[in-house]
Amino acid sequence: MSLTTAHSVVAPSAGSKRIAGAIIIAYALISIVPLLWIFATSFKTPPDSIAYPPKIVFQPSIEGYCNLFTTRTRQTPEYINSLGPATGFCDETVRKRNMVIAGPSNFLPRFINSLVIAFGSTFCAVFLGTLSAYGFSRFKVPLADDLLFFILSTRFMPPIAVAIPIYLMYRELGLSDTALGMILLYTAVNVSLAVWLLKGFIDEIPREYEEAAMIDGYTRLQAFWRTVLPQATTGIAATAIFCLIFAWNEYAFAALLTSGTAQTAPPFIPTIIGEGGQDWPAVAAGTTIFLVPILVFTILLRKQLLRGITFGAVRK
Amino acid sequence: MLNRTAENVARATPEPLARKVRGISDKGLAWLFISPTILLLLAINIFPLFWAIYLSFTNFRANRPNEVVKNLGFANYQRILDDQDIWIAMQTTAHFVFWTILLQTLIGFTLAWLIDRKFRGHAFWTTLILVPMMLSPAVVGNFWRFLYEPQIGLFSYVISFVSGIPPTSIQMLSNVSLAPWSIIIVDTWMWTPYVMLICLAGLRSIPEYIYEAAEVDRASNWRQFWSITLPMALPFIMLAVLFRGIENFKMFDMVNLLTGGGPGSTTEVASITLKRQAFESWRTGYSSAFAIILFVAVFGLANIYVKALNKVKQR
Repeated sequence: MSLTTAHSVVAPSAGSKRIAGAIIIAYALISIVPLLWIFATSFKTPPDSIAYPPKIVFQPSIEGYCNLFTTRTRQTPEYINSLGPATGFCDETVRKRNMVIAGPSNFLPRFINSLVIAFGSTFCAVFLGTLSAYGFSRFKVPLADDLLFFILSTRFMPPIAVAIPIYLMYRELGLSDTALGMILLYTAVNVSLAVWLLKGFIDEIPREYEEAAMIDGYTRLQAFWRTVLPQATTGIAATAIFCLIFAWNEYAFAALLTSGTAQTAPPFIPTIIGEGGQDWPAVAAGTTIFLVPILVFTILLRKQLLRGITFGAVRK
Repeated sequence: MLNRTAENVARATPEPLARKVRGISDKGLAWLFISPTILLLLAINIFPLFWAIYLSFTNFRANRPNEVVKNLGFANYQRILDDQDIWIAMQTTAHFVFWTILLQTLIGFTLAWLIDRKFRGHAFWTTLILVPMMLSPAVVGNFWRFLYEPQIGLFSYVISFVSGIPPTSIQMLSNVSLAPWSIIIVDTWMWTPYVMLICLAGLRSIPEYIYEAAEVDRASNWRQFWSITLPMALPFIMLAVLFRGIENFKMFDMVNLLTGGGPGSTTEVASITLKRQAFESWRTGYSSAFAIILFVAVFGLANIYVKALNKVKQR
C-alpha cells in the first residue's frame, strides 16, 4: 500500500510530479508574458502598438529603435520631397510619417552614464568590500558584530530619507548631477552587500592555506594576495554582479539627484515621449536594450542568486 | 599593488627595519583593511544622517538656503504626529505591505513546494520564474503602465476578454479602488520569485530521514506537511517576510512611476509623501523629521523581527 500512496517529499509520485510541473510551467509562462510583450512592442510601429484589440501578429519594424536614438521634427511633405534621397532605413521610416531626423536623442549618453556609474561603483564597492570582508573574517576586530550590523543597517534607510541630506551635501560640494557623486553614493550603498557576501565566501576558504603560505615566508599581505584572492574569485565575481545589478537598476537616487549630465537610464526611459503621449515602441526598445544585460547576468548567477538576495544569510 | 609596494619598501630598508615593514601587525592590517569602508559609510551615510537629525529641528527650506534658519525644537515632530495626511500615508503603506507580503508568501511558498517535487526540467523553469525579480522595478514598472492602459493595454484586454467587463471601464491606474491593486499586482509579479527562492532553500534544508521516520509512523501527508514541512521551513519564510517587509516599507520606484501617488492620494505611500514634502514643497526640516521617524520605525520593527526570527531558529 505504501508503494502506491504519495510519499510527500520523500518520493513524490509520478502523478503529483506531473501536476506540480504543469502548474509551475503555467506560472512561468504567464509571468514571462509582460517581458515578451515589451520585446514584441519594441518591434511594432506606433499605430500597431496602440491598436485595439492588442496585436499579437504584426509586421515587425525597427521604428521604435529609430525613435529611441533620434529626435525628430515634423515637416511639410513639400520640404521632405525637396530633400535628397533618404540615407538609411531610419531616415526612410521617419519621412513616411512626415518627419525628419533632427539629431541624436539623449538615450545613448544616458545609457553610457549607466555603464560608467554602475561599473565604477561596483569596482569601488568590491574593492573596499573584499578588504573589509577579509579583515572581519580573519582578524579579531573589536566590536566586530556591532560594526557588521552598522554596515548592514545603512540598508534599512529609505532612499528618499537618505536623499534629502545627500542632496544638500552634494550641492555644497559641487557633486550634484555628477557621475563621481553617483559612484560614491552607489558604492556606499553596495559596500554593505559586498562586505556581507564576501565575508561569507572568505569564511569558507580554509585558513590553513594562508598559514602554510606564511610559514613559507610570505607576509600576511602576500598570503592574502596570492592564496586568498585567487580562491575567492567566484565569490568576488558573484558579488560584483550583484552590485552591478543594483547600481544598474537603481532609480530613486538617480531620479532625485541627477537631472542632466549624470542622469542614468532608469529615470530617463519613462520620459521618452512622442507626439501625443508616450512613444511606447521607443520606450519598449529602450527597456529591451536596458534589460538584456540583466537577463544574461541572471543566467550566469543562478547558482549564487539565493546567497546574494539574502545578504549571505542563506547558503546552499 | 599594495603588496608590491610593501615588498619594494622592504627590499630598500636595512634588515631589522625590513622585518617591521614586511610584517605589518595583524591588528594594523585589520584596521587598514576595514577603515576605508567605515570612513566611506561615515561620510555618505552617517554624516548625512546627523545632518538630517539637525535639520529636523529647524524650519530650513532647501530652495531658500539664504533665509535665517530658526530652531523649532520638537515642533516638526509634533506636527507630523498630528498631521492627518501623514497617518493616511502610513495606513496606505501598511495596506500595501500587508497585501503584497500575504500574496507573495502564499504564492511563493506554494510554488517552492511544487518545485520541490523535482519534476523533469524544474531547474530550467525555476530560472525562468526568477527573471522578473532581477529587473529594474522602475523600468519594468513604467512598462506596466502600458499594460494597464484601458482598451489598448494587454492586461486590461485580457481581463475584459475573460470577464466580459467592457474594456473601457477597466481603469486600473485611474480608478480609486483599483489603483492600489495595480501596484500590488506588479509588486507581487515581481517579488513572488524572491520569496519562492528562499522558501525553496528552506524546503531543501529539511533532511529526508525525518520524512522517512514519519512514513514509518504512518503519518498522513497532511500531517507531515503541518508538523514537519511548515515548521521546519518557517525560519526561511520569516526571513523572506523580513526582507520583503523592509523593502516594501521603503517602496518608491514602482509607485512613483505607475501612479505617482494618485489618483488623488489613494496610493500615496510614505516614500511618496516624503518626496512630495522634501522635493516638491521643499519643506526640508519637516520632511527630515518624517525621514527620521520612518528610519526609526523600520529599524525598530526589523530589530524586533530579527529577535523573533532567532527564537524560531533556536527551536
